[in-house]
Order: sequence, then C-alpha cells, then structure tokens
Amino acid sequence: MSPPALDTAAVALSRATPRDFVPAVGDYVALLKPRVMSLVVFTGFVGLYLAPGHIHPLLAAVAVLCIAVGAGAAGAINMWYERDIDALMERTRRRPLPAGRMAPADALGFGAVLAVGSVIVMGLAINTAAAALLALAIGFYVFVYTVGLKRRTPQNIVIGGAAGAFPPMIGWAAVTGDVSVAALALFALIFFWTPPHFWALSLYRAGDYAKAGVPMLPVVAGKAETKKQMLIYTLVLWPVAVAPALLHATGWLYGAAALALSALFTLCAVAVLRDAGDGAARRMFGFSILYLFLLFALMAIDRAPGLLAVAGIGA
Amino acid sequence: MSEIALMDERQRRIRSRNRALLLLLLGVVALFYLIALVRLGVWS
Repeated sequence: MSPPALDTAAVALSRATPRDFVPAVGDYVALLKPRVMSLVVFTGFVGLYLAPGHIHPLLAAVAVLCIAVGAGAAGAINMWYERDIDALMERTRRRPLPAGRMAPADALGFGAVLAVGSVIVMGLAINTAAAALLALAIGFYVFVYTVGLKRRTPQNIVIGGAAGAFPPMIGWAAVTGDVSVAALALFALIFFWTPPHFWALSLYRAGDYAKAGVPMLPVVAGKAETKKQMLIYTLVLWPVAVAPALLHATGWLYGAAALALSALFTLCAVAVLRDAGDGAARRMFGFSILYLFLLFALMAIDRAPGLLAVAGIGA
Repeated sequence: MSEIALMDERQRRIRSRNRALLLLLLGVVALFYLIALVRLGVWS
C-alpha cells in the first residue's frame, strides 16, 4: 500500500462512526501502558520473591500475570476517562482514543473485563488477600486518582502514588496470604518515590499540563516550590529506602546500595534546584526510573545467596 | 482505489484481531488447566 493510500485510510478512519472503528491489536496493547506495566511487574515480582514462604513457580507466574493485567486494565480505564485531556497534551495525543483509532466504549469495556478477570483469577488461583489488594489497587487508581484527584488538586500524584505502590505488597500477599511490616516498607518506598519522579516529568511538561487544565504542582505552585518539594521527598527516601534492610527483609548489600543510590537521587534533586532550564529535570526523571529499578533488583540479588556466592561476595 | 485500500486495511485489522483473540482464549484455557493441575497436587 502506498503512503498516499495510507493517508486516505487514516482520514477515513478518523471520520468513521463508532461502529466503523477497527482498532489494531497494537492499539489494545497501547491501552495497557506497557512501559508503566514493566516496572509494576518487576516490583510485584520482587515483592513475591522476598516474601517468606513457598509458592509453586506456576502460581507465582500467574500472580505476576494478574498484577500485570490488573495494572494494564487500570491504565486502559484511565485512558478512557482522560481522553479529553489526552487530546490536548503533546505527550498523550497520539494514544488510541484521542487519535481516533478506537471507540471510547471499546476501551472502557476492554479495561473493565481485564480488571474483573485479573481479580477473579488472582482470587481463584492464588488467595483472597492478594485478590483484594489487587482490586483495591485498581479501584484506587481509577476512582481515587483518575476520577477524584487528578483534575482537582496538586497533591494528585502524592496521594494517587499509593496505587502504583501496591504491586510489591500484592506479590508478598500472594505468597504469605497477609501483609507484613516489610511489605509495607516496599509500599512506602514506591509511595515516597512517586512525587519526585512525576514532578521531574511535570517540570518539563508544565506547559502541556497547563493547557489541559491539570493542576500539577509546577502549574499551581510554580517550578521553584516544586523543586524544593522534590528535594524534601528525596531526603525522606533515605530512611525509607534502607528500611527493608533494617527489617531484615534484605541484607547489608542492599542497605549500603540503597544509601548510595538515595544520595545520588538527592544530588539529582539539588541539580534540578540549581538548574534554570529543563535539562536537570529530564536527567532526574530518567534516573528516578533507574533508581527504583536498581533498588528492587538489589533486593532480589541480596536475597539470592547463589548469585552472591558466584560474584565472590558471600552470603 | 483508496476505498479498496481502506477495505483491505479494515479486513487485515479484523483478521489480526480475531487471531489475537483466539490465541488469548486458548491461553486462558491452558492457564486454567495448568492452575487446576497445580491446585489438585497433580503437578507439585
């Protein structure tokens, strides 16, 4: 098919009535926010891996799959609800709904079916506690964050960050059937990491958020106040990041690395505070993802004696 | 010509979506079968 024909098809598709929408498989995948899902899956897996007790490998895989599908479902429902503001923002205007490639009802139905399905499978295959936490996480993301907070308060991602913090706790509950203090420490780590992570993004996307009327902190309180808040949160992260080691959920290797990484994260926040442009904020956003990924990877490595022995560190 | 191309694209999308749906359903059936084996202690 030649490029002009494709253009014609795109124009015709954009003018189609709801019955004429035929989204590609990739559009359904995009609704699940795969990049967000990858971090959710990883933190959920580490929570499951760190939990004391035993779970059959297949059931562990099913638990992680349910966490992934539940997170994706929440993302799809979020895209359905936010399709009006997504169309106004550069970062999100090419998503399936604002781009006109999918009918809104299809996205809502897809998300709702996956949300209910993931909770039911988690309940049937794993346990009630993990299923209840998964349902709570999805409900919190959709009703509390997306519907209740995002368009109303600059504290949207502070409180809403709890939704993204659930996965390691769900993974933990999949093994133990309950929630311990160590699982709450994993929850707290993601909860306090979320504000500086999202505010770094919103610093260099402030124009987009202002255009869409989303009251992100840089839009409402200004960039200087946001940078100050980000620095405070990175300082709060020091004890929170070390907590899993203090609670003996991990060993000394993780504890030392958590301190070093938290120091680097704080240095990023200081650089943002001193930078009048967007460069430091972009770098901090990138580092924030690496920071969380490394912390959870180190937790898993620290609990794998075989890996440490191979590395010559000793368990 | 563009109408034909549009219909071809539409048919291609419907076919690929149906294939994905079939794979998904087969995957769910296989998943429930394996979960049942583990829960019944057949595959421990």
